[in-house]
Amino acid sequence: MSAYRLDYLDQLESEAIHIFREVAGQFERPALLFSGGKDSITLVHLALKAFRPGKFPFPLVHIDTGHNFQEALDYRDALAATLGEKLIVRHVGDTIKAKQLTEPKGKFASRNALQTFTLLDTIEEFKFDACIGGARRDEEKARAKERIFSVRDEFGQWDPKLQRPELWNTYNGKIHKGENVRVFPISNWTELDVWNYIRREKIGLPSIYFSHDREVIEHQGQLVAVSEFIQLESTDRVLTRKVRYRTVGDMTCTAAVESTATNIDDIITEIIATKTSERGETRIDDRVSEAAMEDRKKNGYF
Amino acid sequence: MDLLRFITAGSVDDGKSTLIGRLLYDSKSIMIDQLEAIERQSKNKEEGEIDLALLTDGLRAEREQGITIDVAYKYFSTPKRKFIIADAPGHIQYTRNMVTGASNADLAIILIDARNGVAEQTRRHSIIASLLNIRHVVVAINKMDLVNFSQDVYNNIVIDYAKVAQSLGLKQVTYIPLSALQGDNIVEKSDKMSWYEGPSLLNYLEEVEIQDTIDLTNGRFPVQYVIRPQTDDLHDYRGYAGKIISGVYKVGDTVTVQPAGIQSRIKAIEVAGKEVEEAFAPQSIVLHLADNIDISRGDVIVNAAQPVKTAQELEVLVCWMDNKPLVPGNKYLLQINSRVVRSVVRNIEYKLDVNTLERNEAPAQALLNDVIKATIKTASPIPYDSYQELRANGGAILIDETSHVTVGACMIQ
Ligand SMILES: Nc1nc2c(ncn2[C@@H]2O[C@H](COP(=O)(O)OP(=O)(O)OP(=O)(O)O)[C@@H](O)[C@H]2O)c(=O)[nH]1
Ligand SMILES: [Mg+2]
Repeated sequence: MSAYRLDYLDQLESEAIHIFREVAGQFERPALLFSGGKDSITLVHLALKAFRPGKFPFPLVHIDTGHNFQEALDYRDALAATLGEKLIVRHVGDTIKAKQLTEPKGKFASRNALQTFTLLDTIEEFKFDACIGGARRDEEKARAKERIFSVRDEFGQWDPKLQRPELWNTYNGKIHKGENVRVFPISNWTELDVWNYIRREKIGLPSIYFSHDREVIEHQGQLVAVSEFIQLESTDRVLTRKVRYRTVGDMTCTAAVESTATNIDDIITEIIATKTSERGETRIDDRVSEAAMEDRKKNGYF
Repeated sequence: MDLLRFITAGSVDDGKSTLIGRLLYDSKSIMIDQLEAIERQSKNKEEGEIDLALLTDGLRAEREQGITIDVAYKYFSTPKRKFIIADAPGHIQYTRNMVTGASNADLAIILIDARNGVAEQTRRHSIIASLLNIRHVVVAINKMDLVNFSQDVYNNIVIDYAKVAQSLGLKQVTYIPLSALQGDNIVEKSDKMSWYEGPSLLNYLEEVEIQDTIDLTNGRFPVQYVIRPQTDDLHDYRGYAGKIISGVYKVGDTVTVQPAGIQSRIKAIEVAGKEVEEAFAPQSIVLHLADNIDISRGDVIVNAAQPVKTAQELEVLVCWMDNKPLVPGNKYLLQINSRVVRSVVRNIEYKLDVNTLERNEAPAQALLNDVIKATIKTASPIPYDSYQELRANGGAILIDETSHVTVGACMIQ
C-alpha cells in the first residue's frame, strides 16, 4: 500500500489546490491578491495546477504602495504577461490623493497600514466576494488563529472572537452582500515548506531573494535598503553589504538579511540554521506593538 | 516524512497551552525573537519564569484574560516526524472552536489537572473526540508537580478515565503523567516519576503508529469545479476537477455519477497537468469520462466497484454549535464536501448527558454544545458513507440560512 502514500509536500499541495477550487466553485467574483513575494508566487503556481488548461477564474490583484522593490514589480508584470492572466493594479498613492489621507511621516514612513484603504476600495470597485491571500499560520501569532475561509464584514473587519466553526475540509463560503471572505490556501505551510516547494517545483523568484550587493543602513540591528522612500539622517552610515531578502514587502518596512546564498539550496540551508523567525528578522512594522498584526487584521488588512 | 496532526484538549486551565509551549521550547522549535517577545510579556507577571502559554495564546483578549479563545495552529518537526498542532480552548463557551481543531486531528491529547481529576469538560472533549472518530487518545495527567508526583493520584485518575473511555468506545488510550510547567515527561523522561515506565510525550508522538486516516478502498471523488477552456484547440476539453477523498482511480475504471446514478468509464486522469494511469486519495486531480454526461459541482464520481449509499433521510449525530437552539422542524443548508442542499431536522431521538454519558430520550430542543442524535431530511438525495467507516464522506455541516454561520457538525450514521 505504501505506493499510495503522499509525501507531506504533496499533501500540502493537494490541500491548497482543493481550497482554490472551492473558491472557484463557491464564489462569483474572487480575486487573488498578488504581492510579488514568494508566498503569492507559490499561490500562482498552485493556481496553475488547480485550473490549467483553463484560465484562472479570478484576476491577480496587486495593491501597490508605491514603495515596492522594482524587481518585484518587474517580476509581477512579466508573470502576468507570460501566463496571459488578468492583472489589476491599484495604487495606494491614488487613494491618498483621492481621499486626502495623511501620509505617514518619519524615517521609515510606511504605507503598509494605508494599503487597507486601497484594498477595501478595490474590493468594493470590483465587488470581490473572495480574496485569496498567501498568509501562513506559522508567520505570526494572530495568523495562527485564523480560519482558512475567514469571513470579513462589510468594513473588511476580522472578528477573532467570533470565527465560524470550520470542520474537516468542508468550507462554508456563504456570506451576506457586502461581506467578503479571505481565503488562505497555504495556511498550513511553514516558511521551510514554501522554500522546499519552490525548490522542488523549480519556481522562479525575483532576484532580490538571492544574495546581491546593496546599499543599506543599520537600524536596531536590521539592515534597511537605502532608497528614495526612507530619510537618511546625518548619523546614518551607508554600507554596502551582501544581502538577500527573506520576505518581500515595502522597501520601508522590510529588512534584508546578510547572506551569500545565491541559489535555493543555499537559502534552504540558511533557513534551517536560522534562529530568528521570518517576520522577526525582516519586518520593521511588527515591532510597534505586541498585537500589531491582530489590530491590522481587525481593520481589514490581508 | 509523514505528518501527524494532533490537538490538545481538556478542561479550562488544565495546562494545554503551557504544554504546547513546553513541547516547542524543549524541542528547540522556538525562534529567539518569539522567545524574547513572550519574555517581555511574561515580565508583567509575578513569577520570574516565562509564561509558555503565550506562545499559542496569540490574541489580545487571550493574553489579557490568560485563557485560550480560539484554536492556534503550530508547526514543528523532529528528525522523525512533522507535526501540526491545534491548541484548543478549554472553556465550554468556546467548545465549537475545539470541534474545529479536532475535526482534522489524527490524535488527541486530553489533559487532566492531577489535582482535579476528570472534569465535565474532560468528558465533553472526550465525547467529541470519539464522535469525530479520532482513533488515538493520550490522556496527559498534568501538574504532577502539585501532587508530589504521586503515583496514587495518577492511578486513580487512570481508573476514572478508563470508565469514560470504555463507555465511549475509545480503544487506543495511552496515559502519561507530566508537568507541562516544569517539563517533566514532555521531551525527556522525568527522574521524579521513576514509577512511570512509559515513554515521554514527544517520544510517544514520534513513534505512535497512525492507522491511515485515509481510506484507499472506497473510490469517492466529489466534483468541485468543471474545467472547460472552450478555446479553439481545447474545444472538447471537459475536465472534472476535485480531490479524491478516498480510494484509488485507474484509467478504464467504471464509475457511477451520484446521485444521478449514471455510469461511465474513466478516459483520462490528470495530476497537475500530466496524464497518469492512476491516482489516489488525497490527490487533487482532473478526471475525464468516456461519455458526455451532465455533471456539475456537488456530484460525486464513485468507483462503481465500491458503491456509495444515497438517501434523502439521514440519521446523524450532531454537535450543536449555535447560540440559537435547534428545534425539530428547523431548516438548514446541509453541506457535505462540495454538495449543498436544503434540509430540515425531523426529530431529535436523544441527547447525550455529558456527565453520566446516558441518553435523554426525545428532548424538545438542542442547545449550544449539546450532542444529539437526529434525523435530517434533505431536499435532494445525498451520496454518503457512514462517518465511522469513512470519515471523508460521512461528515456534513449545517449552515443557518439567514446568518450563514456554520451551526452544526453532523456525523452520518
Ligand atoms: N504547577 C503547574 N502549573 C501548571 C502546569 N501546567 C500549566 N500550569 C498553569 O496552569 C495555568 C493554566 O495554564 P494554560 O496552559 O493557560 O491552561 P489551558 O489548558 O491552555 O487553558 P484554556 O486554554 O484557557 O482552557 C497557568 O497558570 C499555568 O502556568 C503544571 O504542569 N504545573
Ligand atoms: Mg490554552
